Amino acid sequence: MAYDLSFAQDVYKNSEMGHWIKMCKQCGVCAGSCPFGPHWEYSPRQLFQLVRAGKKEEVLKSHSMWMCTSCYNCIVRCPRSLPITHIVHGLARYASVKGYADPNQITNRFATQIFWPNIVGTGRVGEAMLTMRLYFADGLGAGIKRGLEMKDSALGMLMTKRLNPIPLRGKIKGYAGFAAMIAKAQELEAKREAGA
Amino acid sequence: MKEYTFFPGCSSEKNASAANMEHSVQAMCKILGIQLNEIDDWNCCSASIGYAGGGQLPRLSMSARNFALAQQQRGMTDLVATCAACWLAMREAAERIEHEPEVRADVNVALKEANLSYEGGIKTRHLVEVLIEDFGWDALRAKVKKPLTGLKVAGYVGCQTNRPFGIAGESFENPLYLDKMIEATGATAVPYPKKVACCGGALMFTEVEKSCALVRDLLQCAVDNGAEVIVTPCPVCQLNVEVYQGKINQLFGTNFNIPVVYYSQLFVLSWGGSWEDAALNQQVVPAEVLRRFA
Repeated sequence: MAYDLSFAQDVYKNSEMGHWIKMCKQCGVCAGSCPFGPHWEYSPRQLFQLVRAGKKEEVLKSHSMWMCTSCYNCIVRCPRSLPITHIVHGLARYASVKGYADPNQITNRFATQIFWPNIVGTGRVGEAMLTMRLYFADGLGAGIKRGLEMKDSALGMLMTKRLNPIPLRGKIKGYAGFAAMIAKAQELEAKREAGA
Repeated sequence: MKEYTFFPGCSSEKNASAANMEHSVQAMCKILGIQLNEIDDWNCCSASIGYAGGGQLPRLSMSARNFALAQQQRGMTDLVATCAACWLAMREAAERIEHEPEVRADVNVALKEANLSYEGGIKTRHLVEVLIEDFGWDALRAKVKKPLTGLKVAGYVGCQTNRPFGIAGESFENPLYLDKMIEATGATAVPYPKKVACCGGALMFTEVEKSCALVRDLLQCAVDNGAEVIVTPCPVCQLNVEVYQGKINQLFGTNFNIPVVYYSQLFVLSWGGSWEDAALNQQVVPAEVLRRFA
């Protein structure tokens, strides 16, 4: 079987910070430094080697990249100072954009379908709406169940004025300009990600 | 009075999860003689998880808009953040705008849609750095009116205040500034080997049980080392470690009930501020152990 290098080349060029994958020396310090290490199907080290070996489906369909807590331990410990956290974020984004990432993977769904629309919808995070949308993402029953499980915490947050009882929030004053900026940035980003 | 441009971030808004941090930070700054000039009409920094939905340019543009507004409103005055994730996102954006001409050009194409531009140059700092560098340990100690003598505190630095940038002059594996802050209030910093371990961050939303397991270990380590209270500079750490204790007790059959406060709350209390000035009335796990100093 011949190696298909087109996937690796595309990742190097079009996945954020992807070109650094070439520099990985396979030591595994990233894997051993990750707080969610045991939960990754493939550790960062393994993901990088799979990219280099052209294993497109194995990499992009893996849930591994969605296990990153953004603790940045791997970055500061990498003996080659590779921006591992950013490479992994880039691969997660790449898998999502290219349509390989499991749309039901909970962090993928939360980040792309709930969190991002939440912040660009008004210009700022609406924490109460964010939590509600996440809890009710699997329907009413599941939402009520999870809401009840967390009711003491939610009540505590409400009582201490750290949760808005009204989940709707207003837009920032310069929202029109903000939205136009995001739209333009997304347009340029789509071109870049398509390898244009 | 020293003035700085200020980016509070979404969690520091009224009725948001770190409203207690914001309230105590303002009280702390008032005592110290710091005026924080909030950027008018700032937007979200895109946070830890914004990369997936936003990708590179939309994510970086969000910080760029805040820089552009800061420059318009306050010139090149240092920009100060209190939230670890905001500070990190802004530091990253600033670095990339300054060092990557292509990013800078693209960001400005996007900013133009909002009639803004930004070429770099504003220094983004964490409030902790302002305290240490612009005021210094002696000045912080000199403010103490009610030393927190005998209080045993675990200093939980967390991740994003520490990596990948970190507070200037500190190490990644064993930063010491938080322990020094605890000692500067007259309290005792207990050994805390988990000081730079992860609380799960934004994944507490989605990978609840895995993140709760991390926080369980953080709590156990604090208790094992005799801490009566945990102190942190990070609003994500504070939220995860404080508010999920009930859930953790359910999941693991533990019995944790330990208050988690911000460094700013300890300073305000020890500097003679009231319980309300320190926003200690806004704790989900009541910090009654601090009451004797109020």
